[in-house]
Amino acid sequence: MTTPMNQYALNVNGSQHTVVAESDTPLLYVLRDDLQLNGAKFGCGLGQCGACTVMVGADAVLSCLMPVSSVGKRPVKTVEGLGTVQRPGVLQQAFIDEQAAQCGYCIAGMIMRAEALLEAVPAPSDEQIRSHMALNLCRCGTHMRILRAVRKASNKMAGKA
Amino acid sequence: MSAPLNPARRLLLKAGGALTLAFTLPRLSLAEDGGGPDLPGSLKKEPMLDGWIRIGADGSITVLTGKAELGQGIKTAIIQLAAEELVVAPARIQLVTADTARTANEGFTAGSHSMQDSGTAVRHAAAQVREILLGLAATRLNVAPGRLAINDGVISGPGGASLAYGELVRGQELHRTATAESVVRKPGQHFLSGRAFQRVDIPAKVTGGVAYVQDLRLPGMVHARVVRPPPGAAFASMDQAATAALPGVLTIVRDGRFIGVIAQREYQAVRAAAVLAAGTHWTGAAPAAPQEARGDVEHMVSDATTILDKGSVPAGGRTFRARYRKPFQLHGSIGPSCAVAQLVDGKYTVWTHSQGVFPLRQALAELLGVDEALIRCIHVEGSGCYGHNGADDVAADAALLARALPGKPVRVQWMREDEHGHEPMGPPMLSSAQATLDASGQIVDWAYEVWSPTHNSRPGTAGNLLAGTLLAQPFTPPPAKPIPQPEGGGDRNAIPLYSLANARVLHHFIAKAPFRSSALRSLGAYHNVFSIESFMDELALAARIDPVVFRLRHMVDSRARDVITMAARQFGWDQYRRQPGRGRGIAFARYKNLGAYAAVALEVEVARDTGYVRITRAIAAVDSGEIVSLDGIRNQIEGGIVQSCSWTLCEEVLFDAAGQSQSHDWAGYPILRFPQVPDAVHVHVIDRPGMPFLGTGEATQGPTCAAIANAIADATGARLRELPFKPARVMAATQLAGKPASRG
Repeated sequence: MTTPMNQYALNVNGSQHTVVAESDTPLLYVLRDDLQLNGAKFGCGLGQCGACTVMVGADAVLSCLMPVSSVGKRPVKTVEGLGTVQRPGVLQQAFIDEQAAQCGYCIAGMIMRAEALLEAVPAPSDEQIRSHMALNLCRCGTHMRILRAVRKASNKMAGKA
Repeated sequence: MSAPLNPARRLLLKAGGALTLAFTLPRLSLAEDGGGPDLPGSLKKEPMLDGWIRIGADGSITVLTGKAELGQGIKTAIIQLAAEELVVAPARIQLVTADTARTANEGFTAGSHSMQDSGTAVRHAAAQVREILLGLAATRLNVAPGRLAINDGVISGPGGASLAYGELVRGQELHRTATAESVVRKPGQHFLSGRAFQRVDIPAKVTGGVAYVQDLRLPGMVHARVVRPPPGAAFASMDQAATAALPGVLTIVRDGRFIGVIAQREYQAVRAAAVLAAGTHWTGAAPAAPQEARGDVEHMVSDATTILDKGSVPAGGRTFRARYRKPFQLHGSIGPSCAVAQLVDGKYTVWTHSQGVFPLRQALAELLGVDEALIRCIHVEGSGCYGHNGADDVAADAALLARALPGKPVRVQWMREDEHGHEPMGPPMLSSAQATLDASGQIVDWAYEVWSPTHNSRPGTAGNLLAGTLLAQPFTPPPAKPIPQPEGGGDRNAIPLYSLANARVLHHFIAKAPFRSSALRSLGAYHNVFSIESFMDELALAARIDPVVFRLRHMVDSRARDVITMAARQFGWDQYRRQPGRGRGIAFARYKNLGAYAAVALEVEVARDTGYVRITRAIAAVDSGEIVSLDGIRNQIEGGIVQSCSWTLCEEVLFDAAGQSQSHDWAGYPILRFPQVPDAVHVHVIDRPGMPFLGTGEATQGPTCAAIANAIADATGARLRELPFKPARVMAATQLAGKPASRG
């Protein structure tokens, strides 16, 4: 059962880190425990809920499923990489403006999945937003506000607002 | 009042320096200090003003509430209320929430009570503290209090002389009991309460700040996971060696059927628990009889109580009957339950997202066999719970495991299958409605019965903690008791608010059920409002009267009429243009017949080929009394509507033929996803300035469900009386109704 410990060089939110972990350790645990980042959350460990969503390269990935050994040289981006309380990123500000959270446990994953969409498709249709966000679960029923926030950020990025 | 200071509070005093209005002596009984029944809200439970508001000599302002932030926004509303009455900028307030060492014991944060109980207490305590400060300033400045003005915690007199709150309390010893009357600021004067004000917790939540108990990282913290037995199974054997040899494993704990493993790092604990589970053998896994385990409540022994009996049974008229059914449903928190516990020098500290830190402490004391005074439970936010989920159970797990590793903070987070498989579920329910209409379409007789297992197995005792029932010397859950009217449990909202001259309502309480069930947002109100408001539509149809008109003909309460009328108007009920495959529905309830008034009108689209139901738009009209946070109310109502859509359209725990749950994760218990959420949800809130807070959080669970059932019936002619309305059930019902799913 034991997997050898290996050293991994990770680029996370623009900073270079070296971590030592078993090769099958999901990226989620490396982000949370080694790098002490709170954004990515444990939700199911099964790739069903999206609470752990981060970006690896240009893609939104489920960090509870992706082994740290699969990241390679691709940069990792978490919600911490988008901005801070003092200087929130465009999506973060849109979520604040729309008050798009109740308990908020799912929100960092929502933002990262939306970030991947907006980086790839700057002006998505409402249908595209809904279908892109379908993997991420919210239990508080904040969906309407989340959709509004993504729309708002998209408009802002497109210079429409 | 010469009793010694409580040690925890003495520490606070030392840390805070020259505090005044900050002295809290151990609580005297209400009889001793004259507090009590006449005081507003939770001041009844904690009548000392400094139990709620503390002003430091340095000008700091601390507000304490015994309620907890569950994602409902209570922190923000409490800050708005306190800052309003103290006339200070909200950023100056430091808020302390549920903590057994610091705050009042306000029981559970549940039942939409936080605004009525704690909001009311904080508002009045802050107003009374402000008046005390004005009195001190009047003396110091030698002017009448009426000539003083307050600006952000600075009181000034006519000549320009001014004193800050901190200066006023310096050197004073003010430990005062609240009075029944307060000079509360008038709604017209408000600068903050009822005004737009953003949630204080959202910025950290969207930027990756430490926001949840799951995010705590205490020095030296270690990680643990638990291994659970199958239902009814006895422990046979366990191969510890394979687990103990894994990297990072610190210790394995077993007490009877309670098993846990502690490791240095989190993923090491996850792996170790998987290995340990594979190496653990159980015997005699024996779930209850399949029918019972699946929740067929008519097969269970129940005890009937008449909760309404008025008038008599009139002769004549047309009588209608219907039965409604609800399955097991889950709280289904997105983040599995989590707690951190630490044992230092015989004292436990437990960081928990429990809804009731004081009842949890009491249960933990019994579980651990130590005095309550040796346990401190501190609320830290978790993932939304929507009632009694695994929060208390995981706190018990953490405390038991921390006991095995003194000094170390032990963090336990459940895995997804722990949460789905072991949370106390929302129980199955059954109801039967009967009514008689006279020739004019008026209800002349009403009879309603509801069957339900308990909606309350919350702790207070170790037997209500999952781990407590697994120990070698197990604790037995106390006998289930019904929650009495007027709030009710399974019979919550079983009495209609409509004017019914002749009516009987029976509650059949099932005390013994072969599963654990407890409070899920709105308790029995979800099912009872579904039943009553579906039946009202069935009766309206039989009477050939418009469902809105039919409801108003039976409703006297003007606030109820207002929300029904507003929901219908905002929906465009009278101008509704019928489209193929679509239908409209409306439903109403006043939560618990004591809380918020809410009406929901919505439109559904039912797919012809598949039975798939989608809500196109939903309109809610709500009256929660005086508004403190308009957007807070809107957020809760929107969320309630969408969550109820999920319960109603998607959710049921699935069982196999042997009665074993198959809902171990989101694949076995699907909930609403983005493509199925409504196109639009609009919430209209009626403000009632000066009227009591009525709470908001649970108001639309029932009305949304019934409005969907009514809209499906309108769209297809098929009346659905069994939840949830999954496509196969919708298809079957529409075929039975002899109509295609779409009239187009």
